[in-house]
Order: sequence, then structure tokens, then C-alpha cells
Amino acid sequence: MKRVQFSSRWLPYLFLAPQMAIIFVFFYWPSVQAVQSSFYLEDPFGFGSTFVGLENYADILSSHEYLGIAKFTLVFTLLVTGLSLGLGLLLAVKADAVLRGSHSYKTLLIWVYAVAPPVAGLIGMMFFDQHIGPLVRAAAFFGWDMKVGLDYTDTAIAMITVSVWKQIPYNFIFFLSGLQSLPASVREAALIDCRSGARRFLDVTLPLLAPTAFFLLIMNMTYALFETFGIIDVIVKDKAANNPITLVYKVYMDGFRGNDLGGSSAQSVILMLIVFVLTIFQFRFIERRVHYG
Amino acid sequence: MRRLRLLDHLILLAGCFVMLAPVVLAFTTSTYDAVTIHTQGLKFGWGGHFTDTYAEVLTKKGGFTGEITGARMVLNSMILGIGFAVGKIALSMLAAYAIVYFRLRLGTLFFWMIFTTLLLPLEVRILPSYAVMTQLGLTNTYTGLIVPLLASATGTFFFRQYFRSVPDELLEAARLDGAGPWKFFVDILVPLSRPMMAAIFIIMFVYGWNQYLWPTLITTDESLFTLVRGIKQILLVWVGSQIPDYNQAFALAILAMLPPVLVVLVFQRWFIKGLTESDK
Repeated sequence: MKRVQFSSRWLPYLFLAPQMAIIFVFFYWPSVQAVQSSFYLEDPFGFGSTFVGLENYADILSSHEYLGIAKFTLVFTLLVTGLSLGLGLLLAVKADAVLRGSHSYKTLLIWVYAVAPPVAGLIGMMFFDQHIGPLVRAAAFFGWDMKVGLDYTDTAIAMITVSVWKQIPYNFIFFLSGLQSLPASVREAALIDCRSGARRFLDVTLPLLAPTAFFLLIMNMTYALFETFGIIDVIVKDKAANNPITLVYKVYMDGFRGNDLGGSSAQSVILMLIVFVLTIFQFRFIERRVHYG
Repeated sequence: MRRLRLLDHLILLAGCFVMLAPVVLAFTTSTYDAVTIHTQGLKFGWGGHFTDTYAEVLTKKGGFTGEITGARMVLNSMILGIGFAVGKIALSMLAAYAIVYFRLRLGTLFFWMIFTTLLLPLEVRILPSYAVMTQLGLTNTYTGLIVPLLASATGTFFFRQYFRSVPDELLEAARLDGAGPWKFFVDILVPLSRPMMAAIFIIMFVYGWNQYLWPTLITTDESLFTLVRGIKQILLVWVGSQIPDYNQAFALAILAMLPPVLVVLVFQRWFIKGLTESDK
């Protein structure tokens, strides 16, 4: 904090008021309502609601459908996170290594970051289209009859491909900035000590990149859990029946299509807990990094 | 050694190809007519229908009610992107100013209350948020579209961090000159923060323009549709017909990605700086 500050009794509260008002109305109020209605069974026709305690949670956690979706979400999150981190790192290391043209590569590689997930989903749909999709044609060349939108696995592959494609630039930017902020002296020392590029990368570069990688791990998991909603919605097109969906999509389906207020709220609360755990990890990490720096 | 460099370039070129090709192909395909695409698949090259396809997409009344044009959706997206970015900057600068430059009795409490908003994305509380908006009668309004998205504290933390790096001497000098809190804010802090404001504007504009879930819920009136929100309708209505209007679908997708992509490309340096320095 500052050594010198203004002393005014009411002015700072006036400055804080707009932000606090919006946070109260659009963050705390709905969040409390989510927790509250997760304990109630809402009448679908709007005739009041009954307190059912933890029943909504029990229903969800014992439902085969929900557990199946949770399993898919886990696999989806791991694959999207792993692939986009790996490819982002690979490209960042290469862009960092080349002296000539690294700026052009940077420009060419980052801009997809700005494409909205559903727009990426739309383009992905065209590429996986049954009639005109080049990727389906390529798969057919290898004797694989891809049916995105009909076949569970094929749809999952399309979702993961689009989600990874959209996320690579984000990881690339952070890894590249991380690499370029490594001290030159460390790099030179490593260059003298280790002749093998792979060893140098594993023993010196990677540990130094670990804080960035950990931060990105959390951000990518949040991305896979929440921001891929648009991609999934465009690919599934409201026909969730035989298609893979993630937990967030299920919250949306149950709440807005199925009018199951209590169940949807209980699912929201479960997601809040997942995010909360992720955030605690992240926070501990931020603290540690402050310690480093 | 030279061989390795070549391999590096090859990997990078392959990466660029994978990132660029889908969008380039989407653009070139949008310049062909629907029948050609339907019979021959995605096209690489110049189809010669650029002007008429894009003119039609921008002016043709489409959607379920036949009322919304592409141009109207572009306008709505602009209102959302700019409104969100400006709102975010105004709110969070004021809040950060209060937290950093004033002795607040409840400062820590407010700090944590604001910090908590970073934990939960809008997606996990969509249903109750929607319920609140209905109670307030804000569905199908620009206010309802923009304001709830402002209820997170990313911007406040950017500015808090930035204000803390501003030297204390500035405030001391300003106070010696008799400047009050408001004068100091407007005459010194705001001009000083311009680069930071620009970086945040860019990030927030892209974020606002690209919103999907919230606009989908809050706007059922087609005259308020944004481009990104309209995407699913585009797929359902146009690709569902006999000979799907792939060209128009691609043209709208290109229009929907053009502004955010341009912003990122033009302001690349600021954008990356804002993104990586703030860790969010």
C-alpha cells in the first residue's frame, strides 16, 4: 500500500460504490440463490417449491447419466489441456530458438486467440461436415467413416480438435513470454554445460518454465470446463441425446431446456466447488511465485 | 546445427499452417456460390462472389422472424464490445483508486469481496443470474446484455497492480500543490494510466465481442442479436435448407471474427503485455 494516502471519510466509498453494487446484484445475489435453490425441489409449473435438503445432490451423484458426463468432462479436460499445452510449448520453444522470422511467426500464431469459441465451432463444423468437410474426406481416405453429430466418439474428436486449435495461441503467448524472460546468463551457462539440446531443455529450461506451466495448467482446465461451452453448443446443436457434453452444458440443458431448477442449481454448486479447489491451487502458486520474484 | 534450424522452421510453418488454413479456407470458400460449394466442397481460390455474398449477408433480413440483418448484428456486437470495455475500465479504475489511494476502514473486506468474483465464472451461476435479470426486467435490453458481465474484478486487479507501481512522490507533489482526490485522479492518474487503459480496452473488447452464453440467454429478441450469438441460428436456419447457404454461413463467421482479430493484430504488443502481465 501507499505510504501517503488521502483521508476522506466518504469519498472512497463513493468510488467503490458502482463496482460493489454490480457485484452484489449480479454476483452475490445469484450465487446465494444458486446455493439456496439447490436444496429445493421446484415445481415445474411454478407452484412453489419444497425443501428437500441434499436430495438434489444425492440424485445427481447417483445418476448414471451425470457420472457419464462427468467422466467425459474429465477426459475432455485432460486431452484439451494436455494437447494444447504440449503444442503451445513446442511452438514457443521453436519460435524462441529461431532468430530470423520469430516476429512473423508470433503474429501468425497468436491471432486465433481472438476468434470466439462458437465461431471456431462453426468453422470446425464445416470442416467436419458430412458433405463438404475436408477432414471427413481425409478420414474417408483412410477408410474411416466419420459421422460428427451422430457418432459419440467422432463428435468428441471434433470437439477436442476445435477446442485445442482455439487454445494453442494462448499457451503459445505465455510460454514464449516465459522463455524470453529467462535470464541470458542462465541460458549461456546451460549452453556451455549441456551440449545436448534435449537435456538442456529438460534440465534447465523446463524447471524454469514450471511456474508458467502451472499457471497455464489451471487456466487451461478452466478453459476446457467453461469456455468450450460455445464450441460444444454449436457442434451439438441442442441435440444432446447421443452426443458427448460437458458438465457446464448439462447445467444449461437441465436449467433452461429441462426446467429442473433445483437439479441445475445443485450442479452449479458442484461446479463452484471444483472451481474453488482449482483456485486454491492457483492462489498457493501465486503466493509462491511472489516469494520467488 | 543448420539442419536443426531447418527443422525448427518446418515445425513453425506447420503450426502456422494449422492455425491459418481453416480460416483462410473459410474466407475463400465464402467467395463461391452455394451450389459450387455444395457439389465441390470447400474451395481454395477466388470465387468472384465476394461482393454479392457479403452485401447480401449484411443487408438481407434473416433469422426466424425475418427482421435481423448482418449489419444490425455487427452493430449490436460493437455496442456490446465497446460498452463492456468502457464500463469495465470506468468501474475498475474508480474501485482500484479507492483501494490503493485511500485509508479504508473496510478495505480488506472489500478487497476480498471483489477478489471472490474472480473465482466463479458466469457459466456456473447462469440460471440464478438469469432469474435475477428477469426479476429486474432487464432481459432483451442492452443494459441486461452488458452490465452483468461487468460483475467480475479482473480490471480492478489490473489497475490495483498498476497504481501501486506509480511512485508515491507524485501524490506528495500533487498534494503540496493543493490537488484534491478528484483532481489528482483526473489530472494525473488517468493520463498516466493511458497505456494500461489501452491494453485493458483491447482485451475487454475482444472478451465482450466474443461473449456467447450470456447473450444467448438474455436476448431472445432478434433485433438484439450479436454476431457470435447468432452463429447457432445461422447454422440451424441456413445450413438446414435444401442447398445450404454455406457461403453465407462462412461470410458471417468471417465477419464475426474480423474485428477482434484485427484488434489483436494491430495492437499485438499491448495485447500480449496486458495479457501476460496480469496473469488473466
